[in-house]
Amino acid sequence: MSNRTVIPFGPQHPVLPEPIHLKLVVEDEIVKEAVPALGYVHRGLEMLATKRDYHQMINVCERVCGICSMIHAVCYSQSIEELMKIEVPERAQFLRVIWSELHRMHSHLLWLGLFADAFGFEALFMQFWKVRERIMDINEATAGNRVIVSVNVIGGVRADLSQEQLRWILDELEIVEKEVKAMENTILNDYTVKSRTVGAGVMTYDQAYELGAVGPTGRGSGLKSDARMLGYGAYKHLDFEPVVHPDGDSYARSWVRFHEVYRSIDLVRQAAAALPEGDLAAKVKGNPEGEVVMRVEQPRGECLYYVKGNGSKFLDRVRIRTPTFANIPPLLTMVPECELADVPVIVLSIDPCISCTER
Amino acid sequence: MFKKLIKKSRAKSPWIMHFDCGSCNGCDIETLACLTPLYDVERFGIINVGNPKHADVLLVTGTVNHRNKAVLKNIYDQMPDPKAVIAIGACGLSGGVFRDCYNVVGGVDKVIPVDVYVPGCPAKPEAIIDGVVQALAKFEQKQAG
Repeated sequence: MSNRTVIPFGPQHPVLPEPIHLKLVVEDEIVKEAVPALGYVHRGLEMLATKRDYHQMINVCERVCGICSMIHAVCYSQSIEELMKIEVPERAQFLRVIWSELHRMHSHLLWLGLFADAFGFEALFMQFWKVRERIMDINEATAGNRVIVSVNVIGGVRADLSQEQLRWILDELEIVEKEVKAMENTILNDYTVKSRTVGAGVMTYDQAYELGAVGPTGRGSGLKSDARMLGYGAYKHLDFEPVVHPDGDSYARSWVRFHEVYRSIDLVRQAAAALPEGDLAAKVKGNPEGEVVMRVEQPRGECLYYVKGNGSKFLDRVRIRTPTFANIPPLLTMVPECELADVPVIVLSIDPCISCTER
Repeated sequence: MFKKLIKKSRAKSPWIMHFDCGSCNGCDIETLACLTPLYDVERFGIINVGNPKHADVLLVTGTVNHRNKAVLKNIYDQMPDPKAVIAIGACGLSGGVFRDCYNVVGGVDKVIPVDVYVPGCPAKPEAIIDGVVQALAKFEQKQAG
């Protein structure tokens, strides 16, 4: 038996913008075991629910994670609306879908860029981020902020989209679609890229099902699970089919995310076409009481909120189960028996969002 | 003469290192966006490096918590002198929206000395670039003094 060595991966590592620490037990160049150490980003923001009232909590929930902030806020406001039996106007629900899908697009483009960077293809990283800036511009022009758009309030949204803005968004998305399509051949068919991604970090359908993989990580293993199929918000009015790939390796996961960009563009178009007239937000009276569980689909997978209110303006408990937390056990089954050089690619292939996971 | 050359190139082409110290990712992706074609700080000779021993400027985003403050201190100590530190975002300045959380120590300046503060939640790429430029002025002072 050869010697076993422990190599630390993180907390500060060039391929990851965020601190995650993995202890990699290696034998020669082959990784035998990965031991995660978390807690570098833990802030304890769930506890803030007892210090901020339920309107202010939206602000905190948006900052669970900057990349999927819009969808965190949607999930939180939906839970409060369900507790307080508030009817959200149809127009607000469609606007939420539009901003959510814009957020998903920018998250996936960001990830595709970082993924390209992980296997050393820097030009592709720059290209994806260049396209992504168009979506950031849309966010800034419509909501006033690039990353944390802050459009949700309890009972609806606070910003409206005029006809001109909608037309401009659709024009921009046309360009985004064209530019993304130009990169399809490189990221999905290039020989060099494929030699890094195909067969790296394989997870079978059964493993994905057993470990509860969610989002593109699960869908890349053929698991047809997407919380948008539940039809929350305006999704019940839209035509939607999840993107699934059966292979279960890093290539399959990048394939799924790449095609989800198209799916999101399609959803924004449908929502813009079907956008009804009406109010932006319903009036809110009283305080939330009772318990509720809400599930929504984030760029990284299914996100679950549990909210408990006690009839005062402060909530008793907000519990957030984020998609990356569910995807860490799958990651730990992918890493063993891979080469040390493949670890960054595999870790990134689940799209880890550590600030979500640790909150 | 060699010393003079190093002195000049340090200020003209600073290498930055980014450390996420418990932020929500908002500032991190804006920091990364600075490197990409629209903002492209590489035209000023700024390169993002992964090794603290190569870095001149440290960009820190996010709140400091009890677990990562040792890591932050460690990274700062590994950087060669002269060095500059930039705290980015409301969280890096004071703890921001998370200042009341139980695991939050506060701003970056509780652990290491900070030269430039960049406000915003999240800070815009333009603001971050401006922060780096201001840090370079301080950097030149430090080199002289």
